[in-house]
Amino acid sequence: MLVIGELINGMFARVGRAIEKKDGAVIRKIALAQSASGAGALDINCGPGSRDPVEDMRWLVESAGRATDKLLVLDSGKTEVLEAGLRSAGRPCLLNSATAEPERLKRLLDLAGRYKSGLIVLTVGTSGMPQGCGQRVEAAAQIVEICVETGFPLDNIYLDPVLMPVSVAQSQVLAALEAIREFKVISPQLKSVVGLSNVSQSSRNRGLLNRVFLPMAVAAGLDAAILDPTDRELMDTLAAADILLNKNIYCESFLKQCAKE
Amino acid sequence: MSQEQMLEKWQGEVFTFVIGATKQEGGTRGSVVKVGGEKTLPFLRKEGALPNSAAVALEIFDVPPADWPQDLTAAYGGVLSNPLEWADACVKKFGAELLCVRLAGAHPDYGNRTPDQEAAFLTKLAGTVDVPLIVRGCGDDAKDNTVLPLCSEALKGERCLFGSAVQENYKTLTAAVTADGHGIIAESPIDLNIAKQLNILISDLGLPLERIVMDPTIGALGYGLEYAYSIMERARLAALSGDRNVACPFICFTGQETWKVKEAFAEKADFPHWGEREKRGILWEAVTASALLQAGADILVMRHPKAAEEIKKYAGNR
Repeated sequence: MLVIGELINGMFARVGRAIEKKDGAVIRKIALAQSASGAGALDINCGPGSRDPVEDMRWLVESAGRATDKLLVLDSGKTEVLEAGLRSAGRPCLLNSATAEPERLKRLLDLAGRYKSGLIVLTVGTSGMPQGCGQRVEAAAQIVEICVETGFPLDNIYLDPVLMPVSVAQSQVLAALEAIREFKVISPQLKSVVGLSNVSQSSRNRGLLNRVFLPMAVAAGLDAAILDPTDRELMDTLAAADILLNKNIYCESFLKQCAKE
Repeated sequence: MSQEQMLEKWQGEVFTFVIGATKQEGGTRGSVVKVGGEKTLPFLRKEGALPNSAAVALEIFDVPPADWPQDLTAAYGGVLSNPLEWADACVKKFGAELLCVRLAGAHPDYGNRTPDQEAAFLTKLAGTVDVPLIVRGCGDDAKDNTVLPLCSEALKGERCLFGSAVQENYKTLTAAVTADGHGIIAESPIDLNIAKQLNILISDLGLPLERIVMDPTIGALGYGLEYAYSIMERARLAALSGDRNVACPFICFTGQETWKVKEAFAEKADFPHWGEREKRGILWEAVTASALLQAGADILVMRHPKAAEEIKKYAGNR
């Protein structure tokens, strides 16, 4: 599974300060720490407090991109911010994110296509947050239709079933899991991604909830997750899940080996 | 209706190992043999690169082999009593590009030759033939741990392949091979979990995965070949999917396994419907080897020159 490190986000005080002072060493350090912990990709988000997100994204991508050759996941709701990141990266990225809303989706597919990049698309249709598995799959079908229409390769799409906090919408957690399975029925080329920590927002025992949800999602066919790769217990859980699900060849030191990768 | 060809896209690749070092590289070999480097499964060239042919080695012993069936000994016509002549015949007469020497005579029950004797023999051998060398111990762990480090040192810089490291005994050989610039054969008992673990253990000692060649342990046709096949296939699929710890080339001791099964040497008189003995053994070795090529073998260590010659035509087209 593709682990997308979530720590380069202006929402975190340390990163916010680094952005403010343009302290590249901090960003490089966080990028390297996440890579060393097993992240295959790094999410880059200027955070809600950024006064100049276009410039901040450019700078963050430059700092992280120099430190590691991992895939960069450019995380912003603004198209011009995503494009600034793409230009700065100078290599294919993953854009985070669009929804099924056709106009914006087409715009972002075009942008991703021009930079040979992938796109995360939330299965949120025009009627707002999806309820149940059905609405998620419905949105997924709309997304696929638009991709096919515009000639965008489906294997460059990551569908996000929109993970909601268990404390807020308990039944929607299962619905998201079911949707992950269903996406593969629509097309085996489609990949899925979740923002893991959403599931435990405003709950107690957040780590536990994250750790239990992740293997369930992996078993359902999850391809990628945005999470904290420096959380050793979480990464060990993932390693064990990969072994139990026969995704990785068992050996005695499977934990150590996963930590090394 | 036009048909779309479904091609697999692989992320990973098999490590490349070069056996032998020429003068320019600090050795004395006249040629080198490159193995591994696959970016797809065997023979599926449309899906990815298969940059190197599978290599075919002939096998010699340091002492005359005691238990070889008559068809094998006859094929070499009297040189088996002199390992240097034997080696020379393999290269000059039978065109071997790679030689595997088994230090059988070091075994306590089979001559008990000393480490110094074996090291001196290898030095002479390296002076006699200039093809790259694979060196295997006698199979007795305690004795191999005294013999192989000296042999490794004697061939320092020649970039040989030394074997075999096993899960219970890998540290001494790994240290020697690391110091002297060779590669190592990591042997596991038809068990992929142990194969992976052993690769990790060896690389933890400081020998990079790029210098490991895996011996998955094979059986001849009719004797568990399919178990070896499925293990090799599974390892290769994992390697191509990005699992570096099983992404080492495979070595298969085809001759050793084939010539001990009765189908290879039983008399026609005893099994009239099995056909001519003289052809049967060669075919048995070649067919075993061809299945292993399909499974992903990178180095085939063969015994009958005719079987080796036949399989080379196939290995080159992989």
